[in-house]
Amino acid sequence: MRFYEYESKALFARHGLPLGQSGVADSAVHARDIAHRIGSPVVLKSQVLSGGRMKAGAVKFADTPDEAAQIYDEIFPIIVGGQKARSILVEEKSPIAQEYYAGVTWDGRRKLPVLIFSDMGGIDIEEVAEQHPDHVSKTHFSTLLPVTPRIAKEAIAATGVTGAALNKLTPIVSKLIDIFLAYDLTLAEINPLVRLEDGRFVVLDGHVDMEAEARDQHAKLLAELGIGPEETRQARPPTDFEIRGAEVDASDHRGVAGNVVEFDGDLGLIIGAGGGSLTLFDAVRSQGGRPANYCEIGGNPSVKKACELTKLVLSKPGVEKIAVMMNVVSNTRVDIVARGVIKGCIESGKDPSETIAIFRIPGAWEEEGFKILAKHKVDYCDRSVSMYDAAGRAVAKMKAA
Amino acid sequence: MSILINSETTFIVQGITGREAVNLTRENLDYGAKIVGGVTPGRAGRDVYGVQVYDCVRDITAKTRVDGSVVCVPPRFTRDAVFEALENGIKLIVVVTERIPRKEVAQMIELAKLRDARIIGPNCLGIISPGEAKMGGVGGPAANTKTAYSKGSIGVMSRSGGMTTEIASTLTAAGMGQSTAVSIGGDAIIGTSYAELMPLYEADPQTKAIAIYSEPGGRMEAELAEWIQEHDSRLPIVAFMAGRFMDEMPGMRFGHAGTIVEGKADTTAEKIKRMTEAGIAVAERISDIPKMLQERLGEVK
Repeated sequence: MRFYEYESKALFARHGLPLGQSGVADSAVHARDIAHRIGSPVVLKSQVLSGGRMKAGAVKFADTPDEAAQIYDEIFPIIVGGQKARSILVEEKSPIAQEYYAGVTWDGRRKLPVLIFSDMGGIDIEEVAEQHPDHVSKTHFSTLLPVTPRIAKEAIAATGVTGAALNKLTPIVSKLIDIFLAYDLTLAEINPLVRLEDGRFVVLDGHVDMEAEARDQHAKLLAELGIGPEETRQARPPTDFEIRGAEVDASDHRGVAGNVVEFDGDLGLIIGAGGGSLTLFDAVRSQGGRPANYCEIGGNPSVKKACELTKLVLSKPGVEKIAVMMNVVSNTRVDIVARGVIKGCIESGKDPSETIAIFRIPGAWEEEGFKILAKHKVDYCDRSVSMYDAAGRAVAKMKAA
Repeated sequence: MSILINSETTFIVQGITGREAVNLTRENLDYGAKIVGGVTPGRAGRDVYGVQVYDCVRDITAKTRVDGSVVCVPPRFTRDAVFEALENGIKLIVVVTERIPRKEVAQMIELAKLRDARIIGPNCLGIISPGEAKMGGVGGPAANTKTAYSKGSIGVMSRSGGMTTEIASTLTAAGMGQSTAVSIGGDAIIGTSYAELMPLYEADPQTKAIAIYSEPGGRMEAELAEWIQEHDSRLPIVAFMAGRFMDEMPGMRFGHAGTIVEGKADTTAEKIKRMTEAGIAVAERISDIPKMLQERLGEVK
């Protein structure tokens, strides 16, 4: 889950990283007040969870408080990468002598965290790595040993930085590693980290990503930063349908009926599990089907959960049919899912035999499940029909309808 | 032969009194596994389907040979449980638990390397050498496991536990048994990747070919492609790539924790390209895997 720039900087400030004076404005008047308080030229930056702000014209400079107010109104409505601005960060503008990049992330191949440093900051680090590899260093470090400054020192020195700059940069970059590990981040990045003309080093821009798995552990920090548990911080904000999907999943601790994602098609999907859902979603689309949603059921969800998920999917306008499909299941019981989806159809006022285009869940308790499905005249199949062909049968029914 | 486990492998279950662990213990015993003890702190003296429960791993390792451990404890206790297994000399650890933060996974893997041990998972269903033993929840109850899995010459590696069984079931239906199937885990950082299992399959005379389930996110498929190109492997490989729709949806997480498209290298298109260049055949459908394997096994002869 990505933090806004102002949230990332609030986290950095707690750990003593050097930052310019700033304030978060939610109105033009507020922007003027902040600029007035700072008392020097300022930069106004749109707060979005997407890159490309500069290109979109959502970062601009103002020499006076009145100009700051005017620029607030100018950049606030700009959509950056499909995202509306949450607020505008107003920050002191500083004359820059040199820009650096520092980032910490995970290397899944080496299975270690890696510190990336460059003395060519301010631009896309991937680009620098490609065009000027000698200006980028990658330094892996242990998660078992304590973090000491030599990691940062070696990373910085590897790009040819020496003298006072090396000694001033080292503690800043070392603190970035501390922050990365302390909060279970998947990315902690400062770009650029700058040396000002007066010799000070300042974090000009930065952002962090926290691992979703670690949210509970850091609930206090998130609350203090004003990040509510309802904020998913995915690539796009959740739709009402998706929020209701999360409620269905949370309503009962047994099993999973989760990760409901809305699409604009007409075939409702009750699919699982992790890998099976990916496989089945592809199988529907590659045969010309238009999914109304994505989801993942598994871990033996209760009848109630399967029923509520079915009702949610069928409540979507334009959805008349659902396909209920999984890979061969081991601990999810076929009969329980069958009961749940049939109940969901009936409670939605629909005939299960008309509504369920195909039921393909082979595995544990399948005989019991198939009996229930046969009783309700639902079209079902066992493992002798592949996931791909089961999806194809559902798509064919949609086309015939 | 098989890899990693066989009928002689002894292992323990950490967190054995938990609901899922109790089921897993029964399913593994029914399939013929040699479970030599279980651990749940404070529950010493109980038994789970005849398996004695102890407070500490050392209570078991002190008196009998323990080849492996299945760790099935809640996420916040997992690192500690894995450390305990490693510090007591256990060399093969299957971590079933999901939702463990990456930092703790990295710490487990780092210690495992220092102790010359191997971790499978986390967020996995474990290992099965059909007809020999299984270690973990893979395949579910023994009767279901026997329907889906059969002994043979195909090695299976999968980032999805459920799809491990789907592929095995498809192979079995086509008359192709499996040597060892490994559910390697769905997280961004896992103990053992495809490429790291390859030398084991390569050295196993029972294994004649490999089937793989892969998905978006991470560099594991690229790592495998490189391994194949660097080591003149004798084993034909057929890979199935799921989640092709995700290429158009960067930043959205589907399926497993490690399944997200953040950059070009994470896309299925890029992974398919890399694997194809390395000579790995990429299947459009799971049901195509047996035929494609047979064709390639025919070429080998």
